[in-house]
Amino acid sequence: MPQNAASVLDHNQLFKEPEYKALVEAKKVFEDAVPDAKVKEVEDWTKSWEYREINFKREALTINPAKACQPLGAVLAAAGFEGTLPYVHGSQGCVAYFRSHFNRHFKEPSSCVSDSMTEDAAVFGGLNNMVDGLSNAYALYKPKMIAVSTTCMAEVIGDDLDSFIKTAKQKEVIPESFPVPFAHTPSFVGSHVTGYDNMMKGILTHFWEGKERKAGNSVNIIGGFDGYCVGNNRELKRMLGLMGVDYTILSDPSDVFDTPADGEFRMYDGGTKLEDAAAALNAKATFAMQGISAAKTLEYVAGTGQEVVELNCPIGVAATDAFLMELSRITGKAIPEELEKERGRLVDAMADSQAYLHGKKFALFGDPDMTMGLTSFLLEMGAEPVHIVCTNAPKAWEEKMRKLLDASPFGKEAKLYPGKDLWHMRSLLATEPVEFLIGSTYGKLLERDCGVPLIRIGFPIFDRHHHHRFPIWGYQGSLNVLVKVLDKIFDELDAKSRDDIDFDVVR
Amino acid sequence: MSGLRQIAFYGKGGIGKSTTSQNTLAALAELDQKILIVGCDPKADSTRLILHAKAQDTVLSLAAEAGSVEDLELEDVLRVGYKDIKCVESGGPEPGVGCAGRGVITAINFLEENGAYDDVDYVSYDVLGDVVCGGFAMPIRENKAQEIYIVMSGEMMAMYAANNISKGILKYANAGGVRLGGLICNERKTDKEWELADALAKKLGTQLIHFVPRDNVVQHAELRRMTVLEYDPESKQADEYRQLAKKIHANAGKGVIPTPITMEELEDLLLEFGIMEKDDESIVGKAKNAA
Repeated sequence: MPQNAASVLDHNQLFKEPEYKALVEAKKVFEDAVPDAKVKEVEDWTKSWEYREINFKREALTINPAKACQPLGAVLAAAGFEGTLPYVHGSQGCVAYFRSHFNRHFKEPSSCVSDSMTEDAAVFGGLNNMVDGLSNAYALYKPKMIAVSTTCMAEVIGDDLDSFIKTAKQKEVIPESFPVPFAHTPSFVGSHVTGYDNMMKGILTHFWEGKERKAGNSVNIIGGFDGYCVGNNRELKRMLGLMGVDYTILSDPSDVFDTPADGEFRMYDGGTKLEDAAAALNAKATFAMQGISAAKTLEYVAGTGQEVVELNCPIGVAATDAFLMELSRITGKAIPEELEKERGRLVDAMADSQAYLHGKKFALFGDPDMTMGLTSFLLEMGAEPVHIVCTNAPKAWEEKMRKLLDASPFGKEAKLYPGKDLWHMRSLLATEPVEFLIGSTYGKLLERDCGVPLIRIGFPIFDRHHHHRFPIWGYQGSLNVLVKVLDKIFDELDAKSRDDIDFDVVR
Repeated sequence: MSGLRQIAFYGKGGIGKSTTSQNTLAALAELDQKILIVGCDPKADSTRLILHAKAQDTVLSLAAEAGSVEDLELEDVLRVGYKDIKCVESGGPEPGVGCAGRGVITAINFLEENGAYDDVDYVSYDVLGDVVCGGFAMPIRENKAQEIYIVMSGEMMAMYAANNISKGILKYANAGGVRLGGLICNERKTDKEWELADALAKKLGTQLIHFVPRDNVVQHAELRRMTVLEYDPESKQADEYRQLAKKIHANAGKGVIPTPITMEELEDLLLEFGIMEKDDESIVGKAKNAA
């Protein structure tokens, strides 16, 4: 049936039309496809303990890793500074991927340029690309700062950003005083989290190196790679405002990834002011909301004489308490009554619903700090994390997680899987089932395969809209997380009881 | 890192870089300098005279075994040899595969991040052949080697290579702090060798920091996988290396931005010293017995 302009069928409907179904069947015959029964047999086998053991012996192959590559993180860190154009030295395809990744997650344009290295640049080095790229980017997009990271290609041939950028300035394609911080971000090392860390350190080094620190009373906040930065940063500002703390958020992409539709295109919006980034050297302390995501940066910051406070994605009562108490200790500002009330409300909400979470078994996957934050919150609710997969876990993760889990009776059963991927997770879910899975959108394949309901918390969230607008940190954020988890639990309860007397209107 | 001196030895393959550098560094160790040698050659033979061992576990071979360089500890790759000289080899792929340049970058980043440069006076990089790609230029990047020493001889191709390496240094010197420390001529007993080396050094805007005479004791020591300083400390040759070490030690901050020359200028230099004859196009491309 041809398409009819009056009612165009989208792919959800079109491919269910009889002629398309017949086409698929005919294709199977033509391709001599393996019979459905055989496919089913193998699929069932891949859910056995036998297969799980083979799967966990896997050495030379990664299937569906729950991580992305370094420059993605570098681009996010860079995008959070005022008028800053993220610039990736290397091949164009990589940058298209970073941009589409953020488009799909934030549903916003993502401005980021590449200097399109091609075969000749791979042979002769990318200096010319850098000179032309900086020149064009500066002239066309009029940024206040260009933050340069790299793709694998530039890293393999050993391009030296420092000397390239200096040479470009000597050639006067950009002014000598124009800020061009940089970070080498080879994708074959670490993950997007490492890239964020490297870029943040590169930017701070650019502004701080060689300057004398005059210790003041303000604090710096570094979010780390955070898919919820739009909601979280606004929530942070609200909390810090209530406390009357003098603060600088280092990298704040909450406006650039949430621009209003009012007829004006904003290539840059909001972000950390460059003079604030420079002045942040004089802060009393720096808080990393996701310490593992900012490990090298924190080391650098500590070297300047500032106190550093490492948090790990503060979700829940205890983690938020720790954040506010450290803030209060360092700044001398009291925690205001309003926040205390919010805390009380969160505790009340958790108490109201704890019966539904208590003893529930969870599997979760995600970034190192995110899995820590979620675990801490689940334990507070009396839920039991069972399988915790962190593909991009650094060495410190396992030890910190173990400590967290050992401190609670609900953490005893949990097993940690650093460096494992989502295909490992599939084996875990198939052989030792849990009630719920928490993770990014990519978890929906596991949901379908293993029948375990997915609660979407993580990065990226491609298939649900606007989650990033709502915070997950602080008392308010924790409330959002609680509701996300509860909604799924209740949906499941309803789905399972739809034909019996337990299909209740009150839960 | 303020007191740390970082130097690098470059030069044409087979010119005697590793031998010269290890002997010189052994002499520097006699001056109570704490030294770290970073071998940047996939053959991993930059430290054998110090360690008395043919090859050692390299950063990259161990990283490949362990899965990634992040799984390594500094102790795994650091060996201590003669006069407590610390030695590390970056290692790299077999000829014909992979990317040795990336290996150098990976190894040096690993060493820096894991504190290998703490508590030493000298870091010395021994780099293979020409500066063929960005990876082999790693030691001359900003905040790495301050001075480069080029090992060469009076042979045409060694001089050609020295000039090429100077071009590499020039590329980084304008933007960064790297300088050419000087030429080290490793005697091959070619015609007017000292004069030629000295003239080339002047053309490049630098100095012939030392002329190392040819002496068989180097071979004797090398067969025993030792430096001359250790094998025969009383020998005249050992003193040559001591002199070179002292000159390098005194050369801190005296490096220059090189002024590499063209191929024609290089040939003119050979003409000047009568190594090549002018305008004798008739000999070009003719075999010895062809006339």
